[in-house]
Amino acid sequence: MKKIKGNEVSYAKYGYLFIAPFFIAFLIFQFIPLIQTIYYSFFEYYRSGLKIIGPNPVGFDNYAALFEADFGKYAGNTIIMWILGFIPQILISLLLAAWFTDIRLKIKGKQFFKVVIYMPNLIMASAFAMLFFALFSDNGPVNSTLISMGLISKPFRFLSSVWGTRGLVGLMNFLMWFGNTTILLMAAVMGINPSLFEAAELDGCSPRQTFFRVTLPMIRPILIYVLITSMIGGLQMFDVPQILTNGKGTPDRTSMTLIMYLNNHLFSKNYGMAGAVSVILFIIAAILCLVVYFTLNADDDSKRIRKRDRLKPRKEAVNG
Amino acid sequence: MDKKPSHARTVIAYIVLILLTFLCLFFFYILIVNATRSHPQIQKGFSFIPGHSLMKNLRSVLNDANIPVMSGIKNSLIVSSLSAILATYFSALTAYGLYAYDFKLKKPAFVFIMLILVMPTQVSAMGFINLITKMGMLNTLYPLFLPSIAAPAVFYFMYSYMQSSLPLELVEAARIDGSSEFHTFNRVVIPIMKPALAVQAIFAFVTSWNNYFIPALVISDNSKKTLPILIAALRSADFLKFDMGKVYMLITIAIVPIIIVYIALSKYIVAGVALGGVKE
Repeated sequence: MKKIKGNEVSYAKYGYLFIAPFFIAFLIFQFIPLIQTIYYSFFEYYRSGLKIIGPNPVGFDNYAALFEADFGKYAGNTIIMWILGFIPQILISLLLAAWFTDIRLKIKGKQFFKVVIYMPNLIMASAFAMLFFALFSDNGPVNSTLISMGLISKPFRFLSSVWGTRGLVGLMNFLMWFGNTTILLMAAVMGINPSLFEAAELDGCSPRQTFFRVTLPMIRPILIYVLITSMIGGLQMFDVPQILTNGKGTPDRTSMTLIMYLNNHLFSKNYGMAGAVSVILFIIAAILCLVVYFTLNADDDSKRIRKRDRLKPRKEAVNG
Repeated sequence: MDKKPSHARTVIAYIVLILLTFLCLFFFYILIVNATRSHPQIQKGFSFIPGHSLMKNLRSVLNDANIPVMSGIKNSLIVSSLSAILATYFSALTAYGLYAYDFKLKKPAFVFIMLILVMPTQVSAMGFINLITKMGMLNTLYPLFLPSIAAPAVFYFMYSYMQSSLPLELVEAARIDGSSEFHTFNRVVIPIMKPALAVQAIFAFVTSWNNYFIPALVISDNSKKTLPILIAALRSADFLKFDMGKVYMLITIAIVPIIIVYIALSKYIVAGVALGGVKE
C-alpha cells in the first residue's frame, strides 16, 4: 500500500520519475557538451598533424581571431541566402493562405495542392542539393534545355557564379519551406473568428482590404513565430550549401555559411576555434529562443481570449 | 454581388498554384526519368521520356563497393526507427509527467523545455563529439539516436495534445481500479495518444532519415554510414568519373521511399503540421 497523507496519495515522485529520462538525456547529450564547448572556446586546442596542441588557456584570443578572419563574411553569406529564400517564402505563403481560406474563391483540389507544396519539406536536403548540383551543372539538363530552347547560346555556369550559387541555395530553401509556412498560416487564418470576416464583407471590404486590415493583424503572433523559427533555421543552414559546393562555399567562399565554417573547424579538430564559433551561434540562438518563448505564451493567451469570445455568442443564442 | 473580379481572382489563383505545383514536382520528375536512363543517354540531353536502364542503374549502384548502399539503407532505417520510437515515447512520458502530476519543479521544468524548444543542436556539437569520443561511441550508431530521448518540439506537441484530449478523470478512474501509475501511462494514456504519436513518429523518422550534420561528424567507418553521408561522399568524389545514371539512382533511393510514405499518409501529415506549429 502507498503511504497516505490525509485522504491523498502523494504522486509527486511519479512526476519526477517520468520527466527524468528527458532531463538526463538532455544533460548528457546537450548540456554537458554545451558547457564543454563554452569552456574550450577560451583555450588553444587543436591538432597539428598528429600532434595535439593544448589545451592552453588563451582568454578571448579565439574570439579575436574569429573576427579578424572571415567570420563577418560568413555571417553575411548566411543572412543573404536566408533572405533570398525567406522573402519569396513568406510572400507566397501569405498569398496561398489567403486564397485557400477565402470562401469567395472556390479553389478545387486544395488538399492536393497542400500535399504537393509540403512535399519538398520532407526531402533529404543533402539529396535535394545533390540533385540540383547534377541538374544545374555546366552540361546538366537545365543548361541543355535552355540552349535547345534558344534562350542562351552557351551554358550558364550557375555554380561558378556568386549569385547563381546563392540563388540556387535560396531557391531550394524557398521550395523546402513555403509549403510548411503556408499550412501554418492557413491554420492561423482559420483560427480567426469567422464573424470578423462576415462583418468585413457586410461593410463592403474588398478582398485586399480584408487581407490587410483583418487577416494580417490577426495572425501577427504566428507571423512573428514563423519569422523567428525561420531565422533559427537560417542560422543552421548547412546541408544544402555544403553538398552543393562540396563544403567549399564556392565561388571564393561566397556561399560559405556559419555552420559550414563550424563544420570545417570540427573536421580539422580545431576545438578552440570551433568552440568560439559555437558560443556566438549559441548567443544568437538563445536570443531567438527567448522571442519564440514569449510569442508562444502570448499566442496561448490570445487563444484563450478567442475561445472565450467564441463561447459568448453561443450562450446568448441559447438564452435568446 | 461582385462575381467578375472573384472569377478573375480564381483564374489567377489557379495559374499561380499550377506554376508552384510544376516547380515542386518538375525536379523530382527529372530525377526519376534520369534514374531510368543510361549515362550516354543522360549526357546527350534531357528528355521527358523514361529510358530502359532502371534495373541496370540499380544494379550498378548496389554493386559499387565504394558506396555501400545496402548497409546505408539498413543503418538509416535502424537510426531513424529508433529515433522515432525514443522521441515519441519519451516525449509523451515527459509531457504526461508534467501534465498529470503536481510537484515543486513542475513549472520550472516546463519553462525550461519551452525555452530550449528551438535551440539548434549544432551549438553544442563540439562538446558532443568530444564527449562521445571519450565514451567510446565514435563510429557507432548510438549517438545518432540516443539524444532523441530529449526532443523538446515533440514534447510540446504531446503536451498540447494532452491538454485537448486527455481528461484527468480517466487517469483517476484507472487509479481507482488499482492500476499502477506506469501501467496507466502505458495502457490508458498511450492508446489515447495514438494519433499524436503516429504524426510525431513520422516527423521524427524523416528528420533523422535526412540528418546529415551530426552523423557526418560521428561516422567515418564505411559500414556504419547512413544515406546522407553516402550522398555527400558521392558529391566529393570526382564527379566526372561517375556514371550519371548511378548518381540519379542513389538520389532516388534516398528520396523516393519518403515520398511514397508521405503520399500514403499525407492527410495525417498535413493535418499534423497545422496542429504542431513546431518542427525541428
